[in-house]
Amino acid sequence: MSDTTRAELRQFITAKYPAIELTDEQDIFALGFVNSLFAMELVMFIEKSFGARIPNNELKLDHFRSVNAMVALVQRLTTPASQASGA
Amino acid sequence: MTTAAGLDPEAVLADVRAFVDTEVAPNAEEYDQNERLPQSILDRVGELGLWAPFLPTEVGGAGLDFVTLGRIHEEVGRGCSGLRSMLTVHGMVSWAVGRWGSDEQHERWLPELIKGDTFGVFCLSEPGNGSDASAEGTIATEDGTDWVLNGHKKWITGGQVADVMMVFARTGPGMSAFLVPTTTPGVTITPIPNMLGTRSSMIAEIVLKDVRVGDDAMLGPRGWAAGTVMTGALDLGRYSVACGSVGIIQACLDACVDYTSKRSVRDGRLRDLQLIRRKVSDMVTSSRAARLLCEHAGRLKDASDPATIMASWVAKYYASTSAVAAANDAVQIHGANGCSQDYPAARLYRDSKIMEIIEGSSELQQTTIAEEAYREVA
Repeated sequence: MSDTTRAELRQFITAKYPAIELTDEQDIFALGFVNSLFAMELVMFIEKSFGARIPNNELKLDHFRSVNAMVALVQRLTTPASQASGA
Repeated sequence: MTTAAGLDPEAVLADVRAFVDTEVAPNAEEYDQNERLPQSILDRVGELGLWAPFLPTEVGGAGLDFVTLGRIHEEVGRGCSGLRSMLTVHGMVSWAVGRWGSDEQHERWLPELIKGDTFGVFCLSEPGNGSDASAEGTIATEDGTDWVLNGHKKWITGGQVADVMMVFARTGPGMSAFLVPTTTPGVTITPIPNMLGTRSSMIAEIVLKDVRVGDDAMLGPRGWAAGTVMTGALDLGRYSVACGSVGIIQACLDACVDYTSKRSVRDGRLRDLQLIRRKVSDMVTSSRAARLLCEHAGRLKDASDPATIMASWVAKYYASTSAVAAANDAVQIHGANGCSQDYPAARLYRDSKIMEIIEGSSELQQTTIAEEAYREVA
């Protein structure tokens, strides 16, 4: 599942920023051209694609800073425990 | 088609059109001159359920789709941009509370926001920054379990009648959003009179001096309101302004068709003149094009598609600039009558200019839209 998640996230980011040579550890916000608009698009993309509302306590810049960070976020949101608690 | 609450969108729109035609448009000039919307018309908006109909039924809303919401804002904007502006800002606050609010914040605020018994305003702009939204001048300092806010907000639509403010403030290196009742000690609200346009929207500047709120006043994530609450609310605001701008174009078109059909010139009517017809055809075309762009943005919102954000930027840019062009032509068509208060053209001209400035200036729209084009083609 994480490979699929990773691929979808990478595809979303590179479609928006085709000039990036994106690595999974790369801090996309440190690249200098990712802004609050894209941050909101990321939030919406993750929620729509993976069917999970991101709770406020997960809405931290660090959780969206890299592909790896976002894969980990999606995994937390989509585990049965998190779904059962409504988190 | 019906909404989750069993509403028929077409029936809702028919009621809104009738409301605008009989209760709003005939009084818009008076509202503009008085620089005020009477409480009676705000109460009517509440009676019609128009303040935040998009909120889900689970929290007491009507679950109305965003395409229909856009059409509602177009109709209200056709009658009075000042009133539409109130729908815009209250909608932004209501949406943000619905989307980012805790269960406790939902319980405290949503029922009254939905009815309009509590009026919410969006407090981001400051004397020193507008489109470059950063809330640099408003600071929230943590004090135990409270926050103390100090700062100065300006150009706050509806500020004169606000009950709750969604205030954006710096919390360390990031930005956070707070729900602050206007009765909180330290809040000072001062009307801003004599604005160019949307004069009835009761704009104010708001000073916050040692305003103390509890931690439960924070809305959404701490330190990251920029990428969440702010951007999300502004997206809805941009969409509303775009739809309201379509309403302005439609109002210009309606006014010009009526005027030129009655106005005599040497060999007939003003409507018979080719250069008049050119202006009218431009209004027809731009109103339809802008409406389609708005509908596209609305459909993407209903699908929770992130592409809605850029679609709203494009819709707002096109609709607002087209509204300015249409209003300019409307004044020209009306001649000296277009410069008087006896016809709506002058008010539409002034109101249209505001659309090019609020929710991001046209220049910001242009640079952002172009940036996407260059980025995606690179």
